[in-house]
Amino acid sequence: MDATATAARPKPTASATLPANDPKIVAKDVNVYYAEKHALKDVSLDIPERAVMAFIGPSGCGKSTFLRCINRMNDTIASCRVVGSIKIDDQDIYDPSLDVVQLRARVGMVFQKPNPFPKSIYENIAYGPRIHGLARSKAELDEIVEQALRKASLWNEVKDRLQDTGTGLSGGQQQRLCIARAIAVSPEVILMDEPCSALDPIATAKIEELIDELRQNFTIVIVTHSMQQAARVSQRTAFFHLGVIVETGPTERIFTSPNDKRTQDYITGRFG
Amino acid sequence: MTLIYLLGLVLVAAGAYVVGRQKGVTFAMAGGASRMHSLPSYHGAYLAVSAIAPMLLWFILWLVLAHRVVEWAGMSALPADLAPADGLAYASRLREILLVADGVQTNEVAPGVRAAGETYALWRGLSEWALLIVGLGLALIGFAWGARQLEPQFRARNGVERFVKVLLIACSAVAVLTTVGIVFSVLFETLRFFAKYPWYDFLFGLQWSPQTAIRADQVGASGTFGAVPLFAGTTLIMLIAMSVAGPIGLFSAIYMAEYASPRVRGVVKPVLEVLAGVPTVVFGFFAALTVAPFIRSTGEALGLNVASESALAAGLVMGVMIIPFVSSLSDDVINAVPQSLRDGSYGMGATKSETIKKVVLPAALPGIVSAFMLAISRAVGETMIVVMAAGLAGNLTFNPLEAVTTVTVQIKTLLVGDQEFDSAKTLSAFALGFVLFFFTLVLNFIALRIVQRYREQYD
Repeated sequence: MDATATAARPKPTASATLPANDPKIVAKDVNVYYAEKHALKDVSLDIPERAVMAFIGPSGCGKSTFLRCINRMNDTIASCRVVGSIKIDDQDIYDPSLDVVQLRARVGMVFQKPNPFPKSIYENIAYGPRIHGLARSKAELDEIVEQALRKASLWNEVKDRLQDTGTGLSGGQQQRLCIARAIAVSPEVILMDEPCSALDPIATAKIEELIDELRQNFTIVIVTHSMQQAARVSQRTAFFHLGVIVETGPTERIFTSPNDKRTQDYITGRFG
Repeated sequence: MTLIYLLGLVLVAAGAYVVGRQKGVTFAMAGGASRMHSLPSYHGAYLAVSAIAPMLLWFILWLVLAHRVVEWAGMSALPADLAPADGLAYASRLREILLVADGVQTNEVAPGVRAAGETYALWRGLSEWALLIVGLGLALIGFAWGARQLEPQFRARNGVERFVKVLLIACSAVAVLTTVGIVFSVLFETLRFFAKYPWYDFLFGLQWSPQTAIRADQVGASGTFGAVPLFAGTTLIMLIAMSVAGPIGLFSAIYMAEYASPRVRGVVKPVLEVLAGVPTVVFGFFAALTVAPFIRSTGEALGLNVASESALAAGLVMGVMIIPFVSSLSDDVINAVPQSLRDGSYGMGATKSETIKKVVLPAALPGIVSAFMLAISRAVGETMIVVMAAGLAGNLTFNPLEAVTTVTVQIKTLLVGDQEFDSAKTLSAFALGFVLFFFTLVLNFIALRIVQRYREQYD
């Protein structure tokens, strides 16, 4: 993404409920198979830039599978096969000429369970910039680490103990550390796979607040089991069921006047 | 008789269990299972335990004491003129008594000894009957004591669990006590050696030539026991072995854990572990007949002077031998690193090798260190390969092409032969063993500290 393109696009405002942003990610007819199991069926979806897109749906509906397609994390599963096209900024990410390492530098990921590396807080953040060669000097690296921690609203809590181990933090802090780690390589997209499912309500509120701030600069896709969370943090929502997208649209509309009976049943708690 | 006793033990346990369980069932029928504290089977187990616990204790006590009492009775029955004066005479007299007691026909036994032998046999018979009768008596008392306690509200389960705990403690105590026993038995002999030979000459002497005179006027009767060449040889061979086994073991572990498909892993891992099962003598053949001549001819082709028994040959083969220790354990610890850490790293855009280098290996480090320490302990303690491939010459050298010797090889050499047991030569073997033990103890201690220090850093 070049600088002029960034400047030309309208900045979303915090109050925007229906962002009219260009699609950042365009998925067309994506099918995913785990060995014999057909996990995703003809999924097509546009994900808008600089907004939060939430995937909701019952367990096993394929929402995490689709999320993992966006940065090709499914490559690490031997039996998994992906058919179809997913384009980020008009570039097909399943193009054989594309280096998955560069893709993942552009598309960061935060996992369900906080998974800081068994290293110091500083080293956790510096890991990405180091492997991608983003810093030329120690001072630059320090700056990147500080900025990432500030953006993840963790700086004030850990600035005096950057050399302590990351695993010594509380669960919520660990998850924010993982978000900071993802931010440190300046990705364009951040994927979050149920980032709050292992956290208590207060830590969850902090992460949700953070997600709302991050959408100024990043395209965020979040998988969540909590419909309240989807309603609170996202601008658009896609409802997955049995490997297909049943319905997608602005979050407010999905939750107030769903078009499909199945969406209605799910959000009112009939099944799930 | 002990066999009958143990058989009786099993029968008593089974019988008590059945009775106790029956009683438990009766309680359950009478008051309903909900009013009972423990299940009927715990009542049975409790009764079995209370019957056999005293039997077991009595058996252990009998094992320790009975033969002493019998021996004392036999020796006291000797007439005063036949009573042994010193330890040696005591042992030979005891052997005569035993022969008589066992009914072996010998003509040259003095009547006094014959009488003592008969006393001995009598007491031995008595002690065996005592074992059986007292044991069964104790079992009955225990049974009665246990049976009186049984009632619906009785906490039989807690009692049984307490017994199991004691049993577990006893088993681990056996391992600990054995280690302590080994240390002391070696330590005392070592102290005897240091009484004959100064410890600083042993630890820092550069000359190893373990000779002691068989006759007083023998030529070359004075030996020197400077152990430095042995420690140097051991260290040299250990280093060569670890420079083979360390990289090969670790890298094959990384391959198996991270790169190999499950099918390949399923084949390679057991094959590598077969290496650990090859007897070291076989490795010794391989070292002496294949590797050593190969090194020698290669060295000569390069214009080097290679001894036909070289530290290099022994070290290389020993390295191959300990590969499975490094690879198998490292493979396990690498596999134990949580997948979420790898995902986190891949999600950052790290490649597989970056992930392994920077996340997986640091997380697995404590386990890898302990795998290395175990391998080093094996290398230091290995004897057979060195005997066959590295020779016996106590050269003080760090040249891997020369013959060297190690601590364990010398221990074996010192103890094989017809030296009297309290000579400096024989006793020096214990001093060497003690140093070796101390060395591996320190290694293990260091490894444990490293593991503890890094363990808290990862889940």
